[in-house]
Amino acid sequence: MGWAIALHGGAGDIPHSLPPERRLTREACLRHCLQIGVDALTSRKSPLDVVELVVRELENNPHFNAGRGSVLTTSGTVEMEACIMDGKSMRCGAVSGLTTVVNAISLSRLVMEKTPHIYLGFKGAEAFAREQGIETVDASHFITQENVERLKQAKEANRVQVDYTQPVEKDVKRDELKPDGDSQIGTVGCVAVDSEGNLAAATSTGGLVNKMVGRIGDTPIIGAGTYANSLCAVSATGKGEAIIRGTVARDVAALMEFKGMSLQEAAALVVGDRVPKGHVGLVAVSATGEVTMPFNTTGMFRACATEDGHSEIAIWDS
Amino acid sequence: MGRGWAIALHGGAGIDPNITLHRQQEAKEHLSRYLNLGVSAIRSSLPANDVVELVVRELESDPLFNSGKGSALTEKGTVEMDASIMDGTRRRCGAVSGLMRVKNPVSLARLVMEKSPHSYLAFSGAEEFARQQGVELVDNEYFITDENRKMLKLAQDANTIMVVHFHLIFPNIHFLLFFINLNFVHATMIVLLKIGWQFDNSIPITGHAYLPETVGCVVVDGQGRCAAATSTGGLMNKMSGRIGDTPLIGSGTYACNLCGVSCTGEGEAIIRATLARDVAAVMEYKGLGLQEAVDFVLKEKLDDGAEAGIIAVSREGEVACGFNSIGMFRGFATEDGFMEVAIWDSMKQ
Repeated sequence: MGWAIALHGGAGDIPHSLPPERRLTREACLRHCLQIGVDALTSRKSPLDVVELVVRELENNPHFNAGRGSVLTTSGTVEMEACIMDGKSMRCGAVSGLTTVVNAISLSRLVMEKTPHIYLGFKGAEAFAREQGIETVDASHFITQENVERLKQAKEANRVQVDYTQPVEKDVKRDELKPDGDSQIGTVGCVAVDSEGNLAAATSTGGLVNKMVGRIGDTPIIGAGTYANSLCAVSATGKGEAIIRGTVARDVAALMEFKGMSLQEAAALVVGDRVPKGHVGLVAVSATGEVTMPFNTTGMFRACATEDGHSEIAIWDS
Repeated sequence: MGRGWAIALHGGAGIDPNITLHRQQEAKEHLSRYLNLGVSAIRSSLPANDVVELVVRELESDPLFNSGKGSALTEKGTVEMDASIMDGTRRRCGAVSGLMRVKNPVSLARLVMEKSPHSYLAFSGAEEFARQQGVELVDNEYFITDENRKMLKLAQDANTIMVVHFHLIFPNIHFLLFFINLNFVHATMIVLLKIGWQFDNSIPITGHAYLPETVGCVVVDGQGRCAAATSTGGLMNKMSGRIGDTPLIGSGTYACNLCGVSCTGEGEAIIRATLARDVAAVMEYKGLGLQEAVDFVLKEKLDDGAEAGIIAVSREGEVACGFNSIGMFRGFATEDGFMEVAIWDSMKQ
């Protein structure tokens, strides 16, 4: 037993040839966020507070796909979503389709705490944000040049590649974008457990690059991208559609509960078996202070620390 | 354990115990009609995906049930609809939220599953997709019924009606006064305190506007393929933009190669319990049978006091149902000739 924390900045086809400047800035952010999380846990902040504040940091960093730095929809706009869950009470909050809210994760917490609902989307969520006086800015604040480029590349890739194996309309974007280095990255997240075994999970994202306007991914769907109960807390990242079908976050907990698996075993099985290769990564902690960070993609930006002194920051397989 | 087809449909759990006999009769007739439509479709070898879609379309078009036409209203008096569908064989899924003009949300959910690269579209993006796909669009007015307008008013009033129990010590008089908001209560209490009255606890009434949420259908076809679909207008007087369990895969709807599940009831509780996924998960991971699984999750996984209902079919051709609310509009049929439409009393053996 003891506290533990893990966080991620997205799983995907992160090339080993990632230029040092891009690698180092992200590693520095992960290190910074990990430290913030550890400091908060050691000063006995609740896991719910910890995951929220870590995800806020990740959202504010323009190098990850959440908040500022979110990838763009096919219309060149930003639509952000987030979700938070408290393991002990199983209360949760989720938001989708945000365009002006600086910290989507904080709005999802307000949904959880200030409404009788769990999930608010789009105009309704934006209106609620204004009612609550949470920080909002002009939509252009979230857009980075990097993401404008990514969108352009994604659109070009779609035009060039013809996929005749899937039954989709010609004018609808396909799911399988050409692996384009870090275009595939989705989501940031954090899970934490305190020394009493209280768990929490939080996830936030701009979604899929070149997504259809109005597309919702796994992040705000309880049991898909985010989940916490009295056994574990999970935050997933990767191809949203695959994570939804695989009910990834819930399944990790379900395997522990119904098959008596350990955190590691459960997470490894879900990532290895329930979701196709190249589609998912997750971070998870258990009530007893264990951590696991499996992924079946090329890499996953991640970091973790436990009370017994172990800590790790990594991108690819060790 | 023979195989064979099976179908179950529901029109929502949590029924007004004062519902008129006439209304009950009407509901049963409609449910029977849609059940028979589903059965005919299965018998003519339509795959499970097609059958759940066509049955839910019927329920959506029926103003008697809370989906499509007859949907519950948001706090603004408008309709915002959600739906989802899942194909158990390949675990593909499609979901939509916040629809205001799409006549049959479940059909748009199916198009999301089959004609888009995504699994879930919402609000104006979903409506735009609907336009591109050429699905039938109508005015928001089409979905609104007078009855639901009345129910909305009731729900909005109920949130603010409070009953305060006053007790004058001398002479010894008790009475109740109804207030429509807290300010009036405080003002009255201040005045009465000044003249020597004493008070007992106020008893806030939060009116329980009985409105069964959601419609759904689950099918296992003659080839053992499972599918599930659910559709709803959501919670009466909900905040605009509120999304419940219905479009969330794993909560309101789930299907895999073992079973198809559709849930109804208190959306927030169903989400926390990931109810539909949990039915399948306990079958898969604990080896429970279909009805055992339904009973287990209802008993063990729902918040205390939360009401929900579940229908499910298994690839073995079984049907199962469970609910802890007062009643659930439902119907079942299996290949061996069993057929039932019911409103009250759980179908426990």
